[in-house]
Amino acid sequence: MTTDLRTERAADLPTVRPPRPRATFRARLGSSFAMFRNRKSITGLAILGFFVLVAILADVLAPYSPTKVDSAARLQPPSVEHWLGTTHLGEDVLSQVIYGTRGVIVVGFLAAIMATIIAVVVGVVAGYLRGWRSESLSALTNVFLVIPGLPLIIIVASMFDNPPLVVIAAVLGLTGWAWGARVLRAQTMSLRNRDFIQAARANGEPLHRIIGKEMLPNLMALIAASFVGTVTAAILGLTTLSYIGVIPVNTYNWGTILNWASAQGAFRQNQWWWFMPPGLCIAAIGVALSLINFGIDEYVNPRLRSAGERARAMRKRGLDVNDPVTAVRPATSAQERA
Amino acid sequence: MTAVQPQMPTQDALEVGTTATTAVKGRSRIPWRFLAGRAAFYLFTLWAAITINFFLPRMMKGDAVSQYLSRNRNVSPEAADALRSLLGLDTDKALLHQYVDYWGLLLRGDLGVSLLHGLRPVTEVISQALPWTVGLVGFATLVSFAIGTIGGGIVGWRRGSRLDGLIPVTTFLATIPYFWLGLLAIAVFSVNLGWFPIGKAYGVGMRPEWTAEFIGQVIHHGTLPAVTIVIASLGGWMLGMRNMMLTVLDEDYVMVAQAKGLPNKRVLWRYAARNAVLPQIQSFALSIGFIVGGTIVMEMVFSYPGVGKLLLDATNAKDYALMQGVFLVITLSVLVANILADIAYAFLDPRTRQTEA
Amino acid sequence: MRDSLLTVRDFSVVYDVDPPVEAVKNVTLELHRGEILGLAGESGCGKTTLAYGVQRLLKAPAVITSGSVVFHDSSGEDIEVDRLDAEQMRQFRWDKISMVFQGAMNALNPVATIGSQLEDVFEVHRPTMSRAERREAVVELLEIVKVGRQRRRSFPHELSGGMRQRVMIAMALALRPQLMIMDEPTTALDVLVQREILQQISQLRHEFGFTVVFITHDLPLLLEISDRIAIMREGEIVELDTAERIWTSPRDDYTKTLLSSFPRLTGERGVVVR
Repeated sequence: MTTDLRTERAADLPTVRPPRPRATFRARLGSSFAMFRNRKSITGLAILGFFVLVAILADVLAPYSPTKVDSAARLQPPSVEHWLGTTHLGEDVLSQVIYGTRGVIVVGFLAAIMATIIAVVVGVVAGYLRGWRSESLSALTNVFLVIPGLPLIIIVASMFDNPPLVVIAAVLGLTGWAWGARVLRAQTMSLRNRDFIQAARANGEPLHRIIGKEMLPNLMALIAASFVGTVTAAILGLTTLSYIGVIPVNTYNWGTILNWASAQGAFRQNQWWWFMPPGLCIAAIGVALSLINFGIDEYVNPRLRSAGERARAMRKRGLDVNDPVTAVRPATSAQERA
Repeated sequence: MTAVQPQMPTQDALEVGTTATTAVKGRSRIPWRFLAGRAAFYLFTLWAAITINFFLPRMMKGDAVSQYLSRNRNVSPEAADALRSLLGLDTDKALLHQYVDYWGLLLRGDLGVSLLHGLRPVTEVISQALPWTVGLVGFATLVSFAIGTIGGGIVGWRRGSRLDGLIPVTTFLATIPYFWLGLLAIAVFSVNLGWFPIGKAYGVGMRPEWTAEFIGQVIHHGTLPAVTIVIASLGGWMLGMRNMMLTVLDEDYVMVAQAKGLPNKRVLWRYAARNAVLPQIQSFALSIGFIVGGTIVMEMVFSYPGVGKLLLDATNAKDYALMQGVFLVITLSVLVANILADIAYAFLDPRTRQTEA
Repeated sequence: MRDSLLTVRDFSVVYDVDPPVEAVKNVTLELHRGEILGLAGESGCGKTTLAYGVQRLLKAPAVITSGSVVFHDSSGEDIEVDRLDAEQMRQFRWDKISMVFQGAMNALNPVATIGSQLEDVFEVHRPTMSRAERREAVVELLEIVKVGRQRRRSFPHELSGGMRQRVMIAMALALRPQLMIMDEPTTALDVLVQREILQQISQLRHEFGFTVVFITHDLPLLLEISDRIAIMREGEIVELDTAERIWTSPRDDYTKTLLSSFPRLTGERGVVVR
């Protein structure tokens, strides 16, 4: 069977094989970023970049130390000295939010890197293999999908007295890879049967080359999407855990600020300057990440974008794409337009 | 991790879309192969969850658990023995022996006693909390799924209309952390406007009973949590369904349906939406675990007396037996919900009845 | 002279994109009652656009920019298709003109039974029929196309490609339309099945007397089955004549090129009775 395939393929390889230009490194780099080259993704990346900068420059940007207690200025609404007011201990909310960015960004990205690596390995291997090995990897993925993550994390986190950020990131990563793996497996399975992969196999290219050079470039968009998705999940997970109080409140992030605010009754006493900024920051980063993912989605599935745009363009010309009956328009108006 | 689910249901079509071209012999209507495959999967997951549960306390530092037991001397010797097995203090036995003992306890329905709740059996404590969670979260989730799917269907059908604006709005609401949305809702509607009570499932001093007054209280207390769950999770369903509709609307059978002179409504619901909903149900099944995560937060924010609150209280009090029990029950409920979603899927997609192992 | 069924005059379809694409240009065509008209041409020549266009089945950005389509109903009434509103158009479709689509694979709703997709048509177009009558009509249709009544409860994926195409033909036949437009109905099938389907179409036509517009790029096939053939190129009909004369004395250069691109084999003709 294999020999048959090989001779047969070898004969017509030059025509069967799709042209794969020997791209320069630059062009390759450019094409692997193509999925981000749309307005939605760029906006999302800009917002995300802003938060990353804030996290890096926290020491420079924050007007006060996040834990500097000022008993003379408790629960102050925003003022010139304290742009976002103060907490019940007189701490500066703005400084807390700025320093809090660090924990969020670090944990979000660490967790997502871990989760994505696992997802790629499990997903691609499960998609490439056949038979029971593929099935059992898929079953493992589904088990991780079905077992509720947050309760598990709460229990695991409660076992540590003072879990460092790395451990939290690791737990979030270990429980968050399954979605990505599932999607990647499905895509790899469909790629495996494409001509160019079959050709590479028939050519006798080694497995690592087939996966590394032929498959991964075609999976980049999905890998990026699953990375972005895990960052979102990890950030929401971290802030939620911090709010619940499972994560010690002395490591500052937006969730812990909200934990304090909630515990001190800020929500019941309308101290909006205390609870609005961290929540809005989480929402802003969430919006940024989903914008990036929208962009990638539309790159992967152009129909998503073009359907809406086309419909709007048609509407401007007085046509309705949903009209089941072809419009009739006298030639004169069409010529005026043209 | 709140009530948000990853937004990639379109990809599932890859796994669904295997259509056999050969004619089927025989007329068996019951998808045995499909059922067997799913049953094996659920049994495996159940085993995995129970095994995780077995190892969880064994990873903890032993003295924490000994301390836990020594804190309460009035535990009867038998109950203490059971707790030792459950929590991994029976280290004098071989691990396999421990594992067998553990299974024996589970099969007898013995999850130990809860120290936090006056030594009452864990099963009893959980069975009091479970109906609240299942009732509120189940209801809110189904409502959200229904509104999101129907809405997404309509938005997808009327692509390019002003309805497209709904998608970014609902997506934004889905990116807000759920607990914050809940707290804001309390601040606005309970504290400032006074429309709804602050938290709890029913008023102080009420006793759970089937009276109109009590039911009214439950509805009044449950509205805010339910509405916030719906708002937070609507976006994902809507986006998923809309994206799926855009794909399905390009299919030949939709064009054929229009050529047949069927009214738009019939084409929309019986042809387009009927097919687009299938991946939705698959992602519903898979996101039940996420939804449960959101539940815990909801119950904390609204002090709702369900299993999520139970888990948090148990975690804070280091009531290990209760923690284990709650995790097991949550996993079981997720599995049951998954099975239900699977059955619904098998009913709605005739193709599962012969393909997909 | 046979009476005509459909009169298409000066018919143009434009895809209103930038720049606008003229897919069908000023086509004039007279379709006779009871004939098989073949519509041939290379891919993208506008033959499908023309066939869909006369039924106004094209979605935006397609726009009919000129011309008229008149359907001469057997009741003697003349229906101006280009003047119908959406609801009238909906009622007109399938009742007067039905279609058999190319590639039956996706033409059937994968999650509905064959029976319910056939019943659909009756439910909408013949609201007075009772449920039992509808069911009976469906069974009859399935028997006519030799799929068998027991397939009523089958789903599309349980049928072979040929069976699905027969179901599509049964569906097109449901309301006993006067015109059936067949868009490459046999392209995706293997040669044997193709033959069977063609024989069936021909037999059904004798039985029910509908007119056929048969679209394909397979000119030899058309020569075999059609009464008249229209050759299309770049949105225009370059030649329209009887099959006989297209075969023996083509006038247009493009027709000659098309004919010469097929090997001339003197095979046995008349497998399909015209």
